[in-house]
Amino acid sequence: MFDIQTQLFEARDIRFGPIDHEKDPEIEAKWTHDSEFMRMMEINPARPLSAAIIKKQYEKLEKQIDESKNLYHFAIRAKEDDRLIGKAGIQWIEWTNGNGWINLGIGAAEDRRKGYGSQALNMLIRFAFAELNLFRVSARVPEYNEAAIALFEKFGFMEEVRRRQALDRDGRRWDLIVFGLLNSEWQNQAKA
Amino acid sequence: MRDLFRGKLVRLTWEEPDARAKIEVQWQRDTEFHRLADSDPARMESEKKLKEWFEKQSENGFKPERYSFSVRTLEEDKHIGFFVLWLDLIHNEAWVGIGIGDRDFWGRGYGTEMMKLCLQYAFTELNVHRVSLGLHEYNPRALRSYEKAGFRLEGRTRKDLTREGRRYDSLWLGILREEWMQMQNGDQP
Repeated sequence: MFDIQTQLFEARDIRFGPIDHEKDPEIEAKWTHDSEFMRMMEINPARPLSAAIIKKQYEKLEKQIDESKNLYHFAIRAKEDDRLIGKAGIQWIEWTNGNGWINLGIGAAEDRRKGYGSQALNMLIRFAFAELNLFRVSARVPEYNEAAIALFEKFGFMEEVRRRQALDRDGRRWDLIVFGLLNSEWQNQAKA
Repeated sequence: MRDLFRGKLVRLTWEEPDARAKIEVQWQRDTEFHRLADSDPARMESEKKLKEWFEKQSENGFKPERYSFSVRTLEEDKHIGFFVLWLDLIHNEAWVGIGIGDRDFWGRGYGTEMMKLCLQYAFTELNVHRVSLGLHEYNPRALRSYEKAGFRLEGRTRKDLTREGRRYDSLWLGILREEWMQMQNGDQP
């Protein structure tokens, strides 16, 4: 399915790129003002942020990448105009056990439901298994994020853990689901 | 009111950094203990470094998201283990880390009683909605003990651990406040 000439960071409509410290903070700050997006991405309380704070977060993130060496981060860009449309990453990697956690988000509402998330996840999985050589990847999803659940299931992730009533949002409790995909399962998909 | 700090076999204490460092050095020699308790590689740290680490924890004062206890036996007043509760204050959940470093006290009901005290503290003093923990597939003794204390298995992340060249699952357990309350009324889960 893939060979060494197949680019890791190029898909049909999107590409992965590094952070642009000049242009990206403004855009990502705008996403933080969308509480629905923040609640899909994070289990920490949502809060609207400024571009200046996002800029500092990027610096902290790049420092963390250098120091901890267990974290990869990509800006997702639309190929047509190179604009920032989302972010993707693999974090909390345990190298001795070959596992890591996926995170992925398409920031603006008008960029969702266009297949960008699907293309990003496809690249992220290949990066995890064919470049980092991880044995498995996991993803943590609140039960109310139906789009994410559908996406992970489409890529063959298995629901492995359901942490009952682990989240408190909008005055009720929700389960937190952990999905998992093994490198061997991904390779079998490619053969099929 | 309940006695939060005393069971039939053990009591909860606060040990000073130098005492904790001294005993931690001994426990770290036991790689089986480390591999049962953790998923990272076993390692050894100096008594000085450990003491500074425990001192830093005390200096920072008591944080609202972290509660740690040392455990002593009632009979010999021996320091045998610890547990820690980490809180997610927003979602009202606690995660447990628990261990008996002194292997003479494995498999004798001490761990189960420690966990009961831990859950009692979490639900009646910290007032959390649920308590969570993770453990390794190759630690069935711990699984039995946690289930006895009322935890239910909520799933397993497949083969996410390598030990001695073999892959193992991690198991994830949880107990809800209402389940724990029912147990206190004498109903079995």
